[in-house]
Amino acid sequence: MSGLDIWMRENPLAYVWLGSYAVAFFIFTIEIAMVRHKRKITLQQVRLMREAEDEARDDKFGGND
Amino acid sequence: MAINWFKYSAPTTFYGLAGKLIPWFAFSSAILFVVGLYIGFAVAPADYQQGEFYRIIFIHVPSSILSMFLYLVMAGYAALGLIFNTRLSAMMATAIAPTGALFAFISLWTGALWGKPMWGAWWVWDARLTSELILLFLYLGFIALHASIDDPRRADRASALLAIVGSVNVPIIYFSVQWWNTLHQGSTIKFSGTSMHVAMQQAMFITLAACWLYAIAVVLARVRSIILERERNTTWITELPEVRS
Amino acid sequence: MKPRQKRFVFIAVAVAALALVVGLVLNALENNVSLYFTPTQVFNNEAPHGRSFRIGGLVQEGSVKREADGLTVNFVITDKHKSIPVVFKGILPDLFTEGKGVVAQGRVEADGVMRADEVLAKHDENYMAPEAADALKKAEAANAAAATPASAPAAPAAK
Repeated sequence: MSGLDIWMRENPLAYVWLGSYAVAFFIFTIEIAMVRHKRKITLQQVRLMREAEDEARDDKFGGND
Repeated sequence: MAINWFKYSAPTTFYGLAGKLIPWFAFSSAILFVVGLYIGFAVAPADYQQGEFYRIIFIHVPSSILSMFLYLVMAGYAALGLIFNTRLSAMMATAIAPTGALFAFISLWTGALWGKPMWGAWWVWDARLTSELILLFLYLGFIALHASIDDPRRADRASALLAIVGSVNVPIIYFSVQWWNTLHQGSTIKFSGTSMHVAMQQAMFITLAACWLYAIAVVLARVRSIILERERNTTWITELPEVRS
Repeated sequence: MKPRQKRFVFIAVAVAALALVVGLVLNALENNVSLYFTPTQVFNNEAPHGRSFRIGGLVQEGSVKREADGLTVNFVITDKHKSIPVVFKGILPDLFTEGKGVVAQGRVEADGVMRADEVLAKHDENYMAPEAADALKKAEAANAAAATPASAPAAPAAK
């Protein structure tokens, strides 16, 4: 019987919390961070595109005057 | 460009609605997790056979149920997108896949940690465990296939087919414990009722609700980014306050 | 990475994942999807000969005997119709108890005894407090005593 086997039987609640719940909530945290990051990046891209379009339009109008 | 405005009215309203709903789903999910785990660890008794180890059930069963249900919802949206050519359905399918994959992973992971002390093995190639692993690979296949095709419309169609074909696996997971001899025990929640102590049952249903609300919040947040990305050439996006600022 | 390379990588990953899925399905179907054979199936010659396989059933009440070395265990797996004796040297899972589910992997020798390399415990889908389980057991025992005083004993007949 290995050390882990003995440890988990002596500390079942620690095993359950660290092994299952901590891992699950860590995964949830990572997912939330990724979703927020994606939102930030996408908004930046869309803003950049809009600014580029505005500039292009301004240039065009400037040229016509 | 302004002509397309009406065509995208569905994502338009959905984008705003989702933005308003996300905080509510996230908040109630957090509350329910706290309540459910409090009942699960402080109120519910230890099990007569498994002692404290059975408490893994409060995350294992909800994530398994979620991984299967989310797949069906994803396949449903994918099918809708394929049949009616609606853009929002395909975006929803792509937004669900990563969350479904994570729940499938959590289900397998917590199952392994439960199996080791109780059965005596981290992993056994029985029908229930194998079909759940296949579910995880189906999610990953869906994500990879969608990412591999540059044209989003074509990516939607190809991955939708995969999602639909793969949905046959979900009933296999659910009924595997009845159809074949498996090491995994039968279903605790049956259509006829449950075989569980009341407090354990309450804790499990509350964490199940918490997982559902979490999944909805994360999927809505993800689909908002997908809408922004895919509709960035439309006027309604450029007129959004968060884009203008 | 160029878009072309990126596409290639993603397609490779998708193909690999799909191949893995199909392979797992075929593998599972070919070796019979069931994890184990019941003792009755073994007696009906449905189990493979000459190679390792799994037998599942209940540990027969009163059959568990430990040998002097403290590691080797003898017990009988029964499905209430047929039963097969098992010898196993190693550590048994926590839930291994008489009257409860068990799955043993190994070879059945000519003497009809399985030499197991691995023993797994199979638990049921009922969850309850220890006190509730005790109460249930007492009620069952009382019922059994009241219901069948004259009929043949229901204990599994050892073969």
